Amino acid sequence: MKIIKKIKINLNGKKLFIAKGTSVYSFIKRNKLQPNKIAIELNKEIIDKKKINKIFLKNNDKIEIVHFIGGG
Amino acid sequence: MKKDFIKISSKKFRSRLIVGTGKYKNFIECSKAVKASGAEIVTVAVRRVNISDKKKPILMDYIDPKKITYLPNTAGCFSSNEALRTLRLAREIGGWRLVKLEVLGDKKSLLPDMIETLKSTEVLSKEGFKVMVYCNDDPLMAKRLENAGAVAIMPLAAPIGSGLGIQNYTNIKIIRNQTKLPLIIDAGIGEASDATIAMELGCDGVLINSAIAQAKKPIEMALAMKYAVIAGRKSYLSGRIKKNLMGLASTTKKGII
Repeated sequence: MKIIKKIKINLNGKKLFIAKGTSVYSFIKRNKLQPNKIAIELNKEIIDKKKINKIFLKNNDKIEIVHFIGGG
Repeated sequence: MKKDFIKISSKKFRSRLIVGTGKYKNFIECSKAVKASGAEIVTVAVRRVNISDKKKPILMDYIDPKKITYLPNTAGCFSSNEALRTLRLAREIGGWRLVKLEVLGDKKSLLPDMIETLKSTEVLSKEGFKVMVYCNDDPLMAKRLENAGAVAIMPLAAPIGSGLGIQNYTNIKIIRNQTKLPLIIDAGIGEASDATIAMELGCDGVLINSAIAQAKKPIEMALAMKYAVIAGRKSYLSGRIKKNLMGLASTTKKGII
């Protein structure tokens, strides 16, 4: 049986365990988010959505994903 | 008469009413109210996505950003850094450059912190943002914002959500006389007549959220605000009569029996 190594990340202020080697793109897709409706910050740096399939999440990464909501 | 547009940055809009999308019961009511208001610009906020509830509806499914201009706003930001972070993220969502800056200074009154607001306006303008700035009804500060690169001056009528209407007519008039930038009353509107007064003072537009969203009948109030803004604008452009202390008959005395 293949053992999947897990890493710990922090998503929007909450701890989360995900498989090692997950790209930001596949993480977003797995969470059913559409790249054209969100913005992503990785370790306090905004990342270019065109490059998210080449960026892989590492242990202790802090990721923030935001979108538009109703506001005044 | 020439078509009456409001030009913000390089974009022209027919409607002079901008509406907020917060505080509605649900997105259906919100989208109906936006439609009734005739607004072509809506303000939106930037917040964390909800990963745990993937089926939760999102604003973009109800108000199409291709049809209605989204104006990302920094509502709830209390420092320049928070506001800058929020708007940089908003730009990343889909290339938004036209933004509304709002940096608050007091949690109770929700009045703006103008020092932080001015600092942020300078930074954002240099980064290529077109910044519409929420501010106090202070003509001197409005001038500074203009010099810092603001594309629209948005003084409050009264504190956010207070519904008190315009408190300082004189200052709004002074700001009107000193700037050619779009002047848009933002915050404090309570009822339709407040919006009309703002337009009669010569403002170019009005931004309303709470007065519509929290009304007993939000969609009807959206319609009322639409007509109130049109009425005020037409009244302003038509030139009011002189005020007289005494009465002036509207019927000639000629031919009186």
